[in-house]
Amino acid sequence: MTSVCQEEITAMRRCRRGSPEAFEVFVNRYMKNAYFIALGLVGNREDAMDLSQEAFIRAYRNIKHLKPDRKFFPWFYQILKNLCISHLRKRRYRQTSSLDAENCPEPAATTDCFSPEVVAERNELKDKVWQAIGKLDNKHREVIILRHFQNMSYEQIAEALYCNKGTITSRLYYARKRLEELLGTGKGGCINDMP
Amino acid sequence: MTCHNYKDLMMGYLDNELTDEQKKQFEEHLSGCPECAGELEEFRKLKAITDEVTLVEPEDRIWQDYWNSVYNRIERSVGWIVFSVAAILLTIYGGFKLIEDIIKDATVGMLLKVGLLALIAGLAILFVSVLRERLHFWQKDRYKDVRR
Repeated sequence: MTSVCQEEITAMRRCRRGSPEAFEVFVNRYMKNAYFIALGLVGNREDAMDLSQEAFIRAYRNIKHLKPDRKFFPWFYQILKNLCISHLRKRRYRQTSSLDAENCPEPAATTDCFSPEVVAERNELKDKVWQAIGKLDNKHREVIILRHFQNMSYEQIAEALYCNKGTITSRLYYARKRLEELLGTGKGGCINDMP
Repeated sequence: MTCHNYKDLMMGYLDNELTDEQKKQFEEHLSGCPECAGELEEFRKLKAITDEVTLVEPEDRIWQDYWNSVYNRIERSVGWIVFSVAAILLTIYGGFKLIEDIIKDATVGMLLKVGLLALIAGLAILFVSVLRERLHFWQKDRYKDVRR
């Protein structure tokens, strides 16, 4: 996913010279990754589509800031992630504001939008897993998304998150521990008995 | 090494990310540590459940239109920038001309002229002040080079 091929290098040169058509190489190559990562981070199809496209637009506008020896995808991932986190923050603010207006003491969960309708071949267990993923912290959710839904290696994840492999394994450990808690898959958990 | 130190190896083992040497080291630990073996089993179950979840793929036409949508948005944003710059320039020019006409117009009272000049001077002071403050904070911002 993250290898810098000649096609990308040539496209990047053309983009730097102000040719938006050359950017198509990056969009076609990474649009599915971008959409599914955004979906994993924000949990909603329409928002994921819009945010992934917005991330490409911002990447195009700022492509001059990307050093020629750097890979496109890890840099692009940072833009996408920041957009998604900012979107979640705004959503939380809107939910809290609307609840305040109704004098409701309980703030809404940010993960309310993790609707199981985005899950393929749904069943009760898959729905629960998806909603549990939605309840993870951002930093834990992203490693789960990149590992399980993008099938990225530890090295690729580390490259995308600008950290070392040790940090990734540690985050995965705590993310999975938290998922176990949420799903009750640990010792004596009720989900163990499910098919 | 304590069991806690093996958590990284456990994740690597689970995801098939270990070298042969690391794998051997971890398996040696597992054979003598029922606690870690149990924890690994729980993680295996969780991984199996999580791996079963796949997300609905959007229809083909969405992917076919994706680039066009991005391209149109890029093009439109360029259009907006050009439009905004032109609007600002024209507004400044029009405002300047209007003020010039008022100042030169002998029929307009002195009080209005002085008031107008004071208004412009006030706006200019505010603008310079805000600009200077922003510049000052930007230069002193220790975190400006931090990758966000």
